[in-house]
Amino acid sequence: MDNQKRTMNTDAVISIRDLRISFGEYHVLRGVDLDLYQGENLVVLGRSGTGKSVLIKILVGLLKADAGTISAFGQRVDTMSKKELDDLRLKIGFSFQNSALYDSMTVRENLEFPLVRNARNLSRGDIDRAVEEALENVGLSQTINQMPSELSGGQRKRIGIARTLILKPDVMLYDEPTAGLDPITCIDINNLINEVKERYNTSSIVITHDLTCAKAVGDRVAMLFDGQFQRVGTFDEVFDTDDERVQQFYHYNFVE
Amino acid sequence: MNTNTTATTVAPVTKPGRFGRMLLTLGDVAGFVGQFFKEVVRPPYEFREIIRQCYEVGVRSLPLISLTGFITGIVFTNQSRPSLAEFGATSWLPSLIAIALIRALAPLVTALIAAGRVGSNIGAELGSMRVTEQIDAMEVSATNPFKFLVVTRVLATTFMLPTLMVYTVFVGLLGAFVNVSQGEGTSFLTFINQVFEAISFLDIFSSLIKTFVFGFTIGMVGCYKGYNSSKGTEGVGKAANSAVVTTMFLVFIEELLSLQIVNAIRAV
Ligand SMILES: Nc1ncnc2c1ncn2[C@@H]1O[C@H](COP(=O)(O)OP(=O)(O)O)[C@@H](O)[C@H]1O
Ligand SMILES: [Mg+2]
Repeated sequence: MDNQKRTMNTDAVISIRDLRISFGEYHVLRGVDLDLYQGENLVVLGRSGTGKSVLIKILVGLLKADAGTISAFGQRVDTMSKKELDDLRLKIGFSFQNSALYDSMTVRENLEFPLVRNARNLSRGDIDRAVEEALENVGLSQTINQMPSELSGGQRKRIGIARTLILKPDVMLYDEPTAGLDPITCIDINNLINEVKERYNTSSIVITHDLTCAKAVGDRVAMLFDGQFQRVGTFDEVFDTDDERVQQFYHYNFVE
Repeated sequence: MNTNTTATTVAPVTKPGRFGRMLLTLGDVAGFVGQFFKEVVRPPYEFREIIRQCYEVGVRSLPLISLTGFITGIVFTNQSRPSLAEFGATSWLPSLIAIALIRALAPLVTALIAAGRVGSNIGAELGSMRVTEQIDAMEVSATNPFKFLVVTRVLATTFMLPTLMVYTVFVGLLGAFVNVSQGEGTSFLTFINQVFEAISFLDIFSSLIKTFVFGFTIGMVGCYKGYNSSKGTEGVGKAANSAVVTTMFLVFIEELLSLQIVNAIRAV
């Protein structure tokens, strides 16, 4: 067990204490504690259905926790007004598991969508430049006029990431960025995540159950099971244990 | 009384019954409609998207409306002829058709076509956006999905339905004219004269108001069903389907209500 105390950590960018949520009879998160520090990539590992997506959705106010406290940038998230929440959301980029691209819009319109609605004083030229820069960052400038349905899974992922990066967030939340992609594309995405961190000094939570990804991008790793973070530390620290559940997770990834 | 002896027992969550669920849904719908009125007046406005939706609802419905309106005019004229012929009153056909079209047929035909085409479309589109987390994606990027998706669509259906209804009246009358000019040899001028003598301001006004309400209903129900669609692919189908069924049901209820209201106005 990690011995984080149940007090807010003021050094952390995001600090979560005793977070609980249940759906009907199913207690998904049962007292989650977690700190995300400035400039780090924190990988959250866990099997399907353990509540990893639920956790980051609570962070941005898409879901409401039953109990617990969250603070981001020194402000309490769980008691925020709609306006404060929107201000916070500008600072947190959320990359969805299935990319969630707007499928009736072109790539350009997808990227413009959050930008023009949040920075209303931008000129047409500013917007075009921002879109081009965001696309260059993910290496997909040529797709600018394509529809999402014309893109491959890996391209969709990267466009989704570009769409969140366009608002220059301080924190990035990646929900299974490499799920369903081939190994080579996974490496591209891992590199992208590391580049984003270096270029913009963002702090990120990367959800995955892909250990190659965890090893490649994670400064720290936190393992979620039974509704709590049971192990937090570097990759090697987390897997240096006899705990059967942890070993099982390791072997499922590398042996199978 | 609770016979359980353990002190920590959590009270069982009582599931609401049929009536309770209905009340919950009604409250939910009221909240949704309330949010529409709150967001519709508050800037910024999504003008471009409103125009796009108006095009989607209005222009893209024209082929189907033209066909059904025209055929309705022909068929109704044709079927009414024998009854009028019994009294030797077939010269009344243009007036009869004008009244029938503007008071009942055109609003209903327009609303039902739009419910089937536009309502299901909105339900499926928003439903799939909900299921694939596109609505959540808008929310977490600090944009307002309700304003962009719901307000624009409801405005489009509300304002396009009366417009489409007027168009339906015209194509319906055209169908009727084709039929009477063949059957009775009525001239265009006579036809038009009779039509305008038959209809009153109240007819036009009440039908415009009525289709305004139909349009609001079609947009609202489609958006509500889609926006609150359950997860999974079957959620999308269900949203589209129940949008159409619910809208048609409501349109007929509203038609009945408006009949009562207009009759009351006529009586004074
Ligand atoms: N909005 C919701 N309503 C009901 N149950 C939910 C909801 N979101 C998630 N769940 C349930 O919570 C559990 C955890 O989901 P999730 O966080 O998506 O898992 P994962 O760790 O694979 O991302 C799942 O059993 C899921 O069914
Ligand atoms: Mg998930």
